[in-house]
Amino acid sequence: MVEKTPILDTLTYIFLITGIIIVGFPVIYAIIAATLPIEDVCRVPMPLIPGDQFWVNIKAAWTEGNLGTNLLNSFIMASGITLGKISVSLLGAFSIVYFDYRFRTLAFVSVFCTLMLPVEVRILPTYEMAANVLGPFQKLWTFLNLDGVATWIAGHEIAVTLEWSILDSYTGLILPLVASATCTFLFRQFFLTIPEELCEAAKMDGASAMTFFRKVLLPLSKTNIAALVVIEFVYGWNQYLWPLLITTNPKMTTAVIGLQHLIPAADDLPYWNVALAGSLLVMLPPILVVLLMQRWFVKGLVDPDK
Amino acid sequence: MGGKRCFVNSETMIKRSIFSSRTLPYLLILPQIVVTLTFFYWPAVQGLIQSVMRSDPFGQHSTFIWFSNFVTLFTDPLYLKSIGITLFFSMSVATVSISTGLFIATMANRALKAKAVVRTLLIWPYAVAPAISGILWLFLLHPSYGVVALAIKRWFGVDWNPVLRGSDAMFMIIMASAWKQISYNFVFFIAGLQAIPKSLIEAAAIDGASPFRRFWTITVPLLSPTLFFVTVMNIIYSFFETFGVVHMMTQGGPGGATNILVYKVYQDGFIGLNMGGSAAQSIVLMTLIIAVTLFQFKYVEKKVQYAG
Repeated sequence: MVEKTPILDTLTYIFLITGIIIVGFPVIYAIIAATLPIEDVCRVPMPLIPGDQFWVNIKAAWTEGNLGTNLLNSFIMASGITLGKISVSLLGAFSIVYFDYRFRTLAFVSVFCTLMLPVEVRILPTYEMAANVLGPFQKLWTFLNLDGVATWIAGHEIAVTLEWSILDSYTGLILPLVASATCTFLFRQFFLTIPEELCEAAKMDGASAMTFFRKVLLPLSKTNIAALVVIEFVYGWNQYLWPLLITTNPKMTTAVIGLQHLIPAADDLPYWNVALAGSLLVMLPPILVVLLMQRWFVKGLVDPDK
Repeated sequence: MGGKRCFVNSETMIKRSIFSSRTLPYLLILPQIVVTLTFFYWPAVQGLIQSVMRSDPFGQHSTFIWFSNFVTLFTDPLYLKSIGITLFFSMSVATVSISTGLFIATMANRALKAKAVVRTLLIWPYAVAPAISGILWLFLLHPSYGVVALAIKRWFGVDWNPVLRGSDAMFMIIMASAWKQISYNFVFFIAGLQAIPKSLIEAAAIDGASPFRRFWTITVPLLSPTLFFVTVMNIIYSFFETFGVVHMMTQGGPGGATNILVYKVYQDGFIGLNMGGSAAQSIVLMTLIIAVTLFQFKYVEKKVQYAG
């Protein structure tokens, strides 16, 4: 700091260490609990010396919580959302920034306004949509009485049902979440900072739009993509409400949601060691992603323009 | 670059050097548009329609009833209670997580050495799902086994029982939601603090201002844009993303004491199948988030980042 203030500096470090311990405490405590046998977990207060039951508890959580399937589902969902969001937004931003066409502004504004429509404010209708993605066409069909028309043309009774349900499927878990105002906006901002000369030079060399996109824009966007991979992977992995709505088949449950079956009910034996072992396992992948890609992640979160 | 400025200028914001193609730009934006129309706009419009209709339990017939669903909603004491609960919850989560995040960031900014290590040690809770934070705190605050619950009972002499007492349950979801958010706030505050020019602080020090005085008269005012942005983000977080916390910990109970608005929409609509009522609630929430977003674009020029 500016002047020498040994007392204040010591205090700073003491507060800082206390802060880190307080922030870390819930997880440290969970790690200790996950290593203990059940008799120790329900002793009051719980001993703070780790036991040797960690693998036993992890194994119990793995089988009881069906974590093999659930973690795979979460992984597919999170990767699908990440990949989908980033590619859809890259293409969208490219279209908005590097082309001029009549509906450009409308397209941008309509993508942008999805910011104001999180799934929480349209639970039921979005569920209905997922239950039958062709629903709007069915309504149109019925409205225009096309059944009657078809019957008249064919000369015999015809009833058309348009149905495509994406409930309990990876498509359902991923597709509705790949539209992203955030990513489109960030890529648009970034593309706008790219020097005009690059595009002019590429055009002079006879590069097509898609060649320019592949050879120039994509390599330049690497840092932004890396930052968004972290943010969107965490977002996808931690989704709660949407998977809760559309999955009823246990084979399609995601890891975070599956954990609720591990929480001991009031009249069960308090297997908190198993519940916490499972929780630790499920929170590990996104934490690893954040820690390993920390540099890009912080950059992407704090200054998205660069 | 400010969100508002670019948003307004989207008409003109385009490259000088552009490609020309009749179909390609439409093809490129198509996936985005198809998904937004199908899963955002169509459901939103449906919600709007349902909110002014009354449908029979089988969903066969619906009648147009003007704003009757909204009148029912705003005269329902349970809904009004839920609004109050949500406001209290949101304020508490924002206050706890922002003050803790700011405090730790200030300390970390003073610590010259080990900044990178400190950041690593504090950043990871960002990646923990709100629902999992709920499980961790459910254990810490468990009336029979929880160590924090034990401390509360010992130190404050409270008969801690979140299963039966509403205020205890509320405290529980506040802790779980705020804890998870500390690291998000920390990241923004540490970036904001590092952006404050050292020369200003040094000048004040030469003039004899104490570290505390410097904090209040230089750091806090210069940090206020970050503070404002973080406050808005924390409010959005506590309104919408804490669904998992409530679902894991209390399911809105006991006696509706933790039934925040998002949870109530889910319960009334998805579990209780009250279409009109739930749609009206959705519209209220939608209005709310539109207001917050517009407000943010009006006042927050810098730092545009959303959770979605």
